Amino acid sequence: MKAAIFDYVVPKTVAEASTLLASGGAATAAIAGGQSLLPMLNLRVALPDLLVDIGRLQELKEVTATSTNIRIGALTTHAAIEDGKLPEAFGGLMQKVASKISYRAVRNHGTIGGSVALADPASDWPGCLMALGAHVRISGLKGTRSQPISEFVLGQYSTSLACDEIILGFDIPRPDAALRWGFFKVVRKSGAFANSIAFAVAHGRGGPASVVLAAAADRPCPLPKVAERIEAGDGSEDALQRAIADDVAALVPQDDGYLMRLHVSTVLRAVREVQAR
Amino acid sequence: MKSLTLELNGAKVTYEVEPRETLADFLRERCRLTATHLGCEHGACGACTVAVDGQATRSCLRLAIMCHGRSVQTLEGLEDDPTMEVLRRHFHQSHGVQCGFCTPGMLMMARDILLRMSHPDAETVRSQLSGQICRCTGYSGIVTAIVAAGRELGRAGQAKVVSEPVVPVAAIAAVRTKVDD
Repeated sequence: MKAAIFDYVVPKTVAEASTLLASGGAATAAIAGGQSLLPMLNLRVALPDLLVDIGRLQELKEVTATSTNIRIGALTTHAAIEDGKLPEAFGGLMQKVASKISYRAVRNHGTIGGSVALADPASDWPGCLMALGAHVRISGLKGTRSQPISEFVLGQYSTSLACDEIILGFDIPRPDAALRWGFFKVVRKSGAFANSIAFAVAHGRGGPASVVLAAAADRPCPLPKVAERIEAGDGSEDALQRAIADDVAALVPQDDGYLMRLHVSTVLRAVREVQAR
Repeated sequence: MKSLTLELNGAKVTYEVEPRETLADFLRERCRLTATHLGCEHGACGACTVAVDGQATRSCLRLAIMCHGRSVQTLEGLEDDPTMEVLRRHFHQSHGVQCGFCTPGMLMMARDILLRMSHPDAETVRSQLSGQICRCTGYSGIVTAIVAAGRELGRAGQAKVVSEPVVPVAAIAAVRTKVDD
């Protein structure tokens, strides 16, 4: 299908983008890479009156690294991450995640900021950034703010972004010790929407761990009992299996045997990968 | 209507376009460059793949106006391209074409793969090609052709890893500055 009629404007500054986005309220949409929005426009699922193209704002392209923090601009594409153009601080986790998103032609334009702003429950970055403890940097008419991504994503296609706000980028704390990670995703066909995605990270051995399951509920969810088992590092197989079953059962309908087995197995594979590193 | 200036297959062109016009519709309907095929129009089939600033792009998922000041390459512009010459020959030899609908997208993506990777094996090609759908299911010949083309180009030392997209010409940079101002 073809998109319905809309107007299109390219703001020169972040402040101008916010003013434009606020002017039309819900009838205005921000577009960056457009790899999720264009299908929605073409299928007429999204019907904005005005598209604000934030894809040329330099401020959203900045990538900086300090000794404690990696700052990634919202316009960083999946392909740039896949090709290793970010400072390497997470042991290759982000590179691996990026390489499994959709297809190369989509990764060339799709952005990490756009993915998080859309908050599709089956998307990769919200869960990955949650596991890494990232903060979202947001700019709007009232100034800039920073929020943990676990609080930023509210539910299916729902975030704390007000209509005048855009994501500037992400602050990800640099791990204290070498990051051991595991990532496993189930898709019916390479590049399709995921049925289950698990991220597991551990800061060295005995350091803090985090496990996140995405595509199971309306937003990515932490699995605290599983993280505890990784931190304990005692290799108790029974305790690990029990922790995974408990955490997944809290998110998935009990009577759905397939979903339970699917998510339990995804999490188990991610944890096994961490243990093997 | 908005004024759109871009570098199209090496030539600077200017058109009036509707904001809602996709790059694919712009190429086919305004520029009459019909090698770019439209299958699904929502990014699932890959038939409309072109290169924007040297990067493989689904032209149904790009508004034409978003390409203002950028460089766009379609299959028509790659007649004398050395990589495409080898690919064409191997698609012919390995019977990489059945009905031909997916072929322009397959060739554009195949070229992108061979510019990024030297000597990709069949498994890598299949994975890299997963966004291109052939409804004749003629994947076997297509994959064989790309692997063989990769081998030939690798031997000739022409396949190199390209890390940066092709930079648009100075004229285009000037246009871009104007847009950004």
